Amino acid sequence: MTIVKTTYNRRSFLKSSLAAGGGLMIGFSWIASACSVDTPKGIVIPDEWFEINAYLKIGENGVVTIFSPNPEIGQNVKTSMPMIVAEELDVDWKNVLVEQAALDTSKYTRQLAGGSDSIRTTWSALRMAGASARTMLRGAAAKEWNVPVEEVTTEAGFLKHTPSRKKAGYGEFASAAAEIPVPEKVELKEPNNFTIIGNSKKNVDGLKIVTGKPLFGLDYKVDGMLYAMIIHPPAFGMKLKSYDPNEVKNMPGIKDVFTLKTYNDDYERQWSDAISFNEMVAIVGNSTYEVWNAKLMLNVEWEPFKEQKYMSAGWGGNANEVNVPAGLESTEGHIAKMKAAAAKPGRIERRDGNPEEAFRKAAKVLERTYTAPFLAHNPMEPQNFFADVKEDSAVVVGPTQTPEPMQKSVADRLGLPLDKVKVEMTRMGGGFGRRLYGHFMVEAAVISQKMKAPVKLVYTREDDMTFGIYRPMYHAVYRAAFDKDKKLTAFHVKMGGVPENALHANRFPAGALDNYLAESWAIDSNISVGAMRAPGSNFNAAAEQSFLDEVAEEMGVDPIQFRLDLLKRAQENPVGERNDYDAARYAGVLELVREKSGWDTDSAGKNRGVAAYFCHNSYTAQVVDLVLENGEPKVEKVFNANDCGIVINPDAAINMTEGSVVDGIGTAMFGELTFNQGEPQQNNFDGYRMIRHAEAPKKIETYFVENDIHPTGMGEPPYPPVMAALANALYKATGTRYYHQPFVKNSFGS
Amino acid sequence: MAVFNLNINKKQYQVDVDPSTPMLWVLRDHLNLVGTKYGCGIAQCGACTIHLNGKAVRSCITFVDSIGDKEITTIEGLSENGEHPVQQAWLGHDVAQCGYCQPGQIMTAAAFLSENPHPSDEEIETAMNGNICRCGTYTRIKAAVKTASNS
Ligand code: FES
Ligand code: FES
Repeated sequence: MTIVKTTYNRRSFLKSSLAAGGGLMIGFSWIASACSVDTPKGIVIPDEWFEINAYLKIGENGVVTIFSPNPEIGQNVKTSMPMIVAEELDVDWKNVLVEQAALDTSKYTRQLAGGSDSIRTTWSALRMAGASARTMLRGAAAKEWNVPVEEVTTEAGFLKHTPSRKKAGYGEFASAAAEIPVPEKVELKEPNNFTIIGNSKKNVDGLKIVTGKPLFGLDYKVDGMLYAMIIHPPAFGMKLKSYDPNEVKNMPGIKDVFTLKTYNDDYERQWSDAISFNEMVAIVGNSTYEVWNAKLMLNVEWEPFKEQKYMSAGWGGNANEVNVPAGLESTEGHIAKMKAAAAKPGRIERRDGNPEEAFRKAAKVLERTYTAPFLAHNPMEPQNFFADVKEDSAVVVGPTQTPEPMQKSVADRLGLPLDKVKVEMTRMGGGFGRRLYGHFMVEAAVISQKMKAPVKLVYTREDDMTFGIYRPMYHAVYRAAFDKDKKLTAFHVKMGGVPENALHANRFPAGALDNYLAESWAIDSNISVGAMRAPGSNFNAAAEQSFLDEVAEEMGVDPIQFRLDLLKRAQENPVGERNDYDAARYAGVLELVREKSGWDTDSAGKNRGVAAYFCHNSYTAQVVDLVLENGEPKVEKVFNANDCGIVINPDAAINMTEGSVVDGIGTAMFGELTFNQGEPQQNNFDGYRMIRHAEAPKKIETYFVENDIHPTGMGEPPYPPVMAALANALYKATGTRYYHQPFVKNSFGS
Repeated sequence: MAVFNLNINKKQYQVDVDPSTPMLWVLRDHLNLVGTKYGCGIAQCGACTIHLNGKAVRSCITFVDSIGDKEITTIEGLSENGEHPVQQAWLGHDVAQCGYCQPGQIMTAAAFLSENPHPSDEEIETAMNGNICRCGTYTRIKAAVKTASNS
């Protein structure tokens, strides 16, 4: 066993207190059927609960409720986080109920969904929560039984003292345990003793999902709630000029029409406050349909804006002045600007050896350009939020990936102290990064404050797709130098984008090559962007791993062996001070996928492509097999090999991997948002092509490298490389290289 | 505004709404049956799928004044507590990620299987193709439909 000190987070969560008897702590008036937790068959809700710490309470009958602190966006943390607590608590999973915790920064460490980091950053705290509760239960039993605490053991929800043959359920000692002082140190299990972690558990919300129970922000309702919609400028570069509310004010069900300003001019924005349109028209009424009708009828005039500036802080905190250029931008213009920028020297981000000389002396240089368009996140549930703002307090409820920073934004905007703004999280109908940017929470709050009533703000799909905060548009030029023996002598990447680039200069193959150069550039834009699933990597991997395939082909070596040779070099004799990957683990996933796909034995006659990538602390290698049916590519099979350390909930990790594979193929094949005169040219799923059933792979197999390394996330890592594995397989099938996304077009302004 | 008597999940409901209101919003806003989801509003995603006399339709473009005495089934009425074979198969394969599209997927699958109880893989793909899953659970959905078709 491992003994760890609990002191570092004692004050943060390990406070014992008797919970108020009975009653589950759940939000206020959710519509009727939401008012109960999902109670699996056979579980009897206890009459009395004893709160042992912020993560769990135990009922007098031994049933345990575990609070899942982080927002649930489909990554299944609402199941996997409680699994970790339950493991160290040593309780039977059948007796565990799970509840979503509200935002509480005094109790929990990092209530955010993003960066595939939920598990990595809370692993220790969750284990400690379970382990310290177990220690307290043992202490309570030892006291009562009058035996040394060391002799009290636990087994699946029971306390035991073998010498005296005493045995009791956790429930019997829950009340006494709540009075035991928080232990200074606790024992953690060794991974080989895990019984819950590593054994697949079904989604705790599964039954509610398939029976259509209210779970999502859009489903949230209270009595007397009004519905609100916004009307934002139709084009980037435009702002509100005037509108005529009179006609719609008298439409049936309409309560009010007014101008809404999301952030005040002197407000210093946080990174999660990213927004394109700060001034809009709000319409409020009795039902979604009535408000929507009024929205369609409202006459609004817009005008181009002049260059604007505002203060905004980055992830790290330091505030900078952000410049928003004027102008109505078009995709054609973006393409022309990118071509021009790529022709000029970029900013040098990393330089090893003497790449310029190596390129001068090269017997052959391979140069390829890769591009990818703007993308909309398009979570299945459009943006929405509930707000009920009173004179001196506010409650906001809904789907958000960033409850903590947005609590501050809402409080600042309403002029309320932080602790007077309660944030509750509903299950999210996807997010993919879009719900990191919570302007809609502020908008809902401002509308509720004005209306003096509870309000649900609802975006239409069109609002959601045209509001901005997109994945940027990207461009990369890769060059490789070879000597006369076809040995790779230098590597050069120049990467740019509108309005930011995707370069990760210290990632593979940096560190594996003597002569390496990475440059970047960016073009200003008034189109707002934000993190989308594996930000940066989602282009980087697609381009780099396609290029490496071509380099290997040029050298006449197997693409997997080629990568393994580079990784061997990086492991044994790395170049440079800083290489942001572990070469051995990187090689591990490649070796695993080689074995599982039968790469060396079973590739004949197959159109196969391989790719591997490391991002968000996890490693993935993939092999894609495809065939052409009437000229259309059909992905037959995708093999995945992942290394994310200890796998908490294997089937859920497999599900995430499958989702990333499908999403990656969809993005690379079809995803594209274009602009004309600042106006997004796609605003719903008729114009914006999403991957569908018939285009998804027929089969997906997923494997994990087995180890005891601290677990990391799976929400993002398999998404980027599959795009390259697909491109490389397409090349095998068609003889054409796919440089430009979406692959259905495969051209960049030509 | 007009009064409509609706037969939903074998119960009678009365609503007083604009006759052009899509059933999606009647269900969600007026009857608190929020299992039927809004995804696109233009018949492109299938999130809003309900049954009208047993046939799958898009409630976002099905107007309340077109219902008459036809029987509506929503996800809430597909079974008492998730016992329908399609729902069971969904649980067995632990299909959902975010879960938002799944009521629509299930309603499409249930109507499809009642007409074609033993479909081929291609028939499943074609039948389900109108339902988008942004999380990409397509392979599991296909497997679940297959399982349900065998039960
Ligand atoms: S909401 Fe009806 S099909 Fe998308
Ligand atoms: S499970 Fe999220 S959209 Fe299908």
